[in-house]
Amino acid sequence: MTVSAQSAPTPAASATILPFAEPLKGSRDTKPLRLITCGSVDDGKSTLIGRLLWDTKAVKEDQAVTLARDSGGQNDLGLPDFALLLDGLQAEREQGITIDVAYRYFATDRRAFIVADTPGHEQYTRNMATGASTADLAILLADARTGLLEQTRRHATIAALMGIRQFVLAVNKFDLVHYDRAIFDGISQDFRELAMSLGVRQITAIPMSALKGENVVYRADAAMPWYQGPTLVEALELATVRSTQAGGFRLPVQRVVRPGESFRGYQGTVSGGSVKPGDSVVILPSGTVANVKQIVTFDLVRNAAVAGDAITLVLDRQVDVARGDMIVSIDAQPMTGKDFEAQLVSLQPSGIEPGKRYWLKSGSRRQRVSVEPISQLELATGTWLPHASTLQMNAIGKVRLSFEEQAIFDPYDQNRSTGAFILIDPDTLNTVAGGMVTAKRSDLGSIEVRHEGQRVILSLPADLAEQIMASELFANRRDEAEIRHMTAAQAAELFSDAASDI
Amino acid sequence: MPLSVQETEVKNPPVSRPPLDPHLKALENEAIHIFREVAAEFEKPVMLYSVGKDSSVLLHLARKAFHPGRVPFPLLHVDTTWKFKEMIEFRDEIAQKYDLDLVVHTNPRGKAENITPFTHASAFYTDIMKTEALRQALDAGGYDAAFGGARRDEEASRAKERIYSFRTPDHRWDPRNQRPELWNIYNGMIRQGESVRAFPLSNWTEVDIWRYIQAEDIPLVPLYYAAERPYVERDGMMILAEDPRLELKPGEEVQRGMIRFRTLGCFPLTGAIRSTASNLDEVIAELEIATVSERQGRAIDRDQSGSMEKKKREGYF
Ligand SMILES: Nc1nc2c(ncn2[C@@H]2O[C@H](COP(=O)(O)OP(=O)(O)O)[C@@H](O)[C@H]2O)c(=O)[nH]1
Repeated sequence: MTVSAQSAPTPAASATILPFAEPLKGSRDTKPLRLITCGSVDDGKSTLIGRLLWDTKAVKEDQAVTLARDSGGQNDLGLPDFALLLDGLQAEREQGITIDVAYRYFATDRRAFIVADTPGHEQYTRNMATGASTADLAILLADARTGLLEQTRRHATIAALMGIRQFVLAVNKFDLVHYDRAIFDGISQDFRELAMSLGVRQITAIPMSALKGENVVYRADAAMPWYQGPTLVEALELATVRSTQAGGFRLPVQRVVRPGESFRGYQGTVSGGSVKPGDSVVILPSGTVANVKQIVTFDLVRNAAVAGDAITLVLDRQVDVARGDMIVSIDAQPMTGKDFEAQLVSLQPSGIEPGKRYWLKSGSRRQRVSVEPISQLELATGTWLPHASTLQMNAIGKVRLSFEEQAIFDPYDQNRSTGAFILIDPDTLNTVAGGMVTAKRSDLGSIEVRHEGQRVILSLPADLAEQIMASELFANRRDEAEIRHMTAAQAAELFSDAASDI
Repeated sequence: MPLSVQETEVKNPPVSRPPLDPHLKALENEAIHIFREVAAEFEKPVMLYSVGKDSSVLLHLARKAFHPGRVPFPLLHVDTTWKFKEMIEFRDEIAQKYDLDLVVHTNPRGKAENITPFTHASAFYTDIMKTEALRQALDAGGYDAAFGGARRDEEASRAKERIYSFRTPDHRWDPRNQRPELWNIYNGMIRQGESVRAFPLSNWTEVDIWRYIQAEDIPLVPLYYAAERPYVERDGMMILAEDPRLELKPGEEVQRGMIRFRTLGCFPLTGAIRSTASNLDEVIAELEIATVSERQGRAIDRDQSGSMEKKKREGYF
């Protein structure tokens, strides 16, 4: 056995304790925050992630040595070339590009972070959609010298589409614009408008220099005394992890456990709401009703479980439950049916072909579906254009899903777990699309006439409204309607306000 | 064999502990979800069990995932015959205690061609006794899914590996052609002969592993804890001097000292560190000030940059 001479780091025999310390963070009272970083080439994304890992001490001593060796030198601040730390695969190093999604880990005393690192150029739609699917927050990079680019709009649009509701704008390379406050104010105003147009309200803009480490982990009061906001890490520590505890209880059944004649448990991860013994539930798609008897976990029998928990549920009666079924609360049920509308991102060179039968997997349920494209998103302008042919790789489309058997979904904007699905090509078995259900379609053809971006506000007598709401047509699209009860005077005022806006 | 495994009530009822903090709980939930998904979707899964700390965490999570049933697949240990003696003792004890099906495989070429870590270069030895041995065992068992304890924070080429990592019939990994993985929806559809490696610990870091071991009171091979042990210094590593097959070279002598191991593998290739941390709390306290990444004690990753990626393409775990 030989240890090659070029592997330089200090021999293990003596290297236990080294100059800088990685504190072992104590118990954490928050879940890890998952985030995605997006930027155009050369905005400084690699430098920023490297800086985050470096300043939070996530880079180990020997990795740093390998880094210094491979980069053949250091930059003018005496730090290694961070991009090498990130470009994990040999093939990428040779070509000098990153081509896929990589995951990075760092932590502060308060929280741990999982970063989906995706390339900003080629195939960015596909890679970003993958990284964004699990992210709660997006960091969008902009070069202080150029401000927002068309690319920034594209990235922000994809992030919003995938359900991210928190944006941080990193106005990078601020050292190159003399830390000029007016530049920051201008760019952050542009960004606020962009985010609002996408329906994202939680936004933070931060002036920073990833290269110098200013406002990333450490404050830069000397360089930017006028900036009172959080550093990047502070903003991330404060970010919220979206949970779907508010909605109805959802348990997609992964497997049935029967260790003996007397015990039958349904195993799965709670995908929405919460559950406790005594709750009434419905098993979908069969519609059978039962009550929860017990929540079993390895450690103890629990008196409640919430979204995110991997549990074993025991019901109070013998019912027929199989993998792929969903156990849900009786009073807040998901949509079931054979026709749905969805948005999807096409992930493979073969595209998504109209009329082709795919496998659709959502939760633990896999079933046949055929897909009809309706429109395609033009990222540059944010508009949906009619499109009924193949959705090419990287296209974002609105589609109609037609199932052979009952399907079960929540709208994605209400539940990112039970509203999401992937499509699998039956010929290649590859994953060819990621999708988000928007609504169930009625069997009636009449609702297909819809005008994008148009809504109607009606003011009706309450009894008439009730009759309309009781109709099948309305019930099927209940999720698309907003309803407010008010007095006749309030309604009149609302309408006169609207008129004066014109 | 795994198909015949009956889910009978577990033998060792669990003890109750204080609840996990939300961070570890989230990681645990994710791992359990992956275990259940693979067990449900594949015909013949197996769990790679290397006896180390990550494997110990993996096994603990498997037991939790399938409770109150048994772990519904066997454990596979690739034994090079050069593992630490204490690892083998621990392995057999655990298998018995938790009522597990254990499959042990050794590449017959080792004995036939006398391939040892002393007579052959570490890269060649590892290729035959670990990578080739693993392929043999997976083929022999006809397994279509194999759980492993790899983490994405371990090594650069792992950062892009999927949780379901697809392998060709000859066990090759193509990093440029991985299936996209969105949300927690995993694509388990494969063709005859193809397989996946599934990594429930993908999103864990080394610190998470240690904190979880502590929170859940998971037993480990005692070699992780410092004790006075005999060793020789060779090529800048401290090698445990217990096994009679270790022949001293001129100038080498057996010394004694308080040492422990950060990672466990084949004893001739695994360096110890000097330490007085003789229990879990002390090991964790020591970690707080250690900044050397754990794989450094292993000769195999050091040979060249990108060496792990190369091995993985060829079928190494
Ligand atoms: N002056 C300055 N240069 C930066 C900063 N951040 C990145 N750079 C430089 O910008 C170039 C592109 O950075 P890189 O991280 O490779 O960009 P990426 O393509 O977005 O990953 C490199 O030469 C960096 O050194 C910064 O904050 N200030």
